[in-house]
Amino acid sequence: MAAKKFMLVNRKAPYGTVYALESLEVVLITAAFEQDVSVVFVDDGVYQLKKGMQTKAIATKNFSPTYRALEDYDIDKLYVEAESMAARGLSADDLVAPVQVVDSATLAGLMEQQDVVLSF
Amino acid sequence: MKISVLVNEGPYQHQASDSAYLFCAAALAKGHEVQRVFFYNDGVNNATKYTEPPQDDRNIVARWTKMAEDHKVDMVVCVAAGLRRGLKEEVLAPGFRISGLGQLIDAGIKSERLVVFGD
Repeated sequence: MAAKKFMLVNRKAPYGTVYALESLEVVLITAAFEQDVSVVFVDDGVYQLKKGMQTKAIATKNFSPTYRALEDYDIDKLYVEAESMAARGLSADDLVAPVQVVDSATLAGLMEQQDVVLSF
Repeated sequence: MKISVLVNEGPYQHQASDSAYLFCAAALAKGHEVQRVFFYNDGVNNATKYTEPPQDDRNIVARWTKMAEDHKVDMVVCVAAGLRRGLKEEVLAPGFRISGLGQLIDAGIKSERLVVFGD
């Protein structure tokens, strides 16, 4: 069976709730099933890729390195919504991994092409 | 149509679990096939047999159990998300089973629609 197109949409800040971490687990499993994976970061989800996270003081595991390692799992379609970045004063230089910055209209087009969209 | 559902929020705390149930019930009533309901994040708490709401409230867990039994819906609780939250075999309500995240991806591959209910 041909691989389906799965898109994981991350909408929440990395810490404060468990959504980002458990979404990352879904991303890795989807790749392990050899599906066509795209990962999107919108709204506060763009903070998941922010460089320089220090989590020691909140006694929480820092999972930023995993985003950098996604390439090793052949996950290279990372999209960040330009409007969400601009609203938060972020640029691509602030992020831990190479991403494609796309506007919301482009993102909508990409979503349209997916078989499965999972949002967290 | 073959449909699967992902539930990402716990019962009573959040509308997502109710909406997911009502969506599944409506789909079944229309003759669609609900292949699998996958419980992830705090959604795993939909499967605890010790849930006892007040008598004048809906019993969310019992409702899922009945749907599993009446319509042969595969109700799957994520093992990793469950272990984080103390959800093990011995507290599992009837009609649910514990398995890996792979069952979510499998549902995405085999169903025509995978519908997400969360925050």
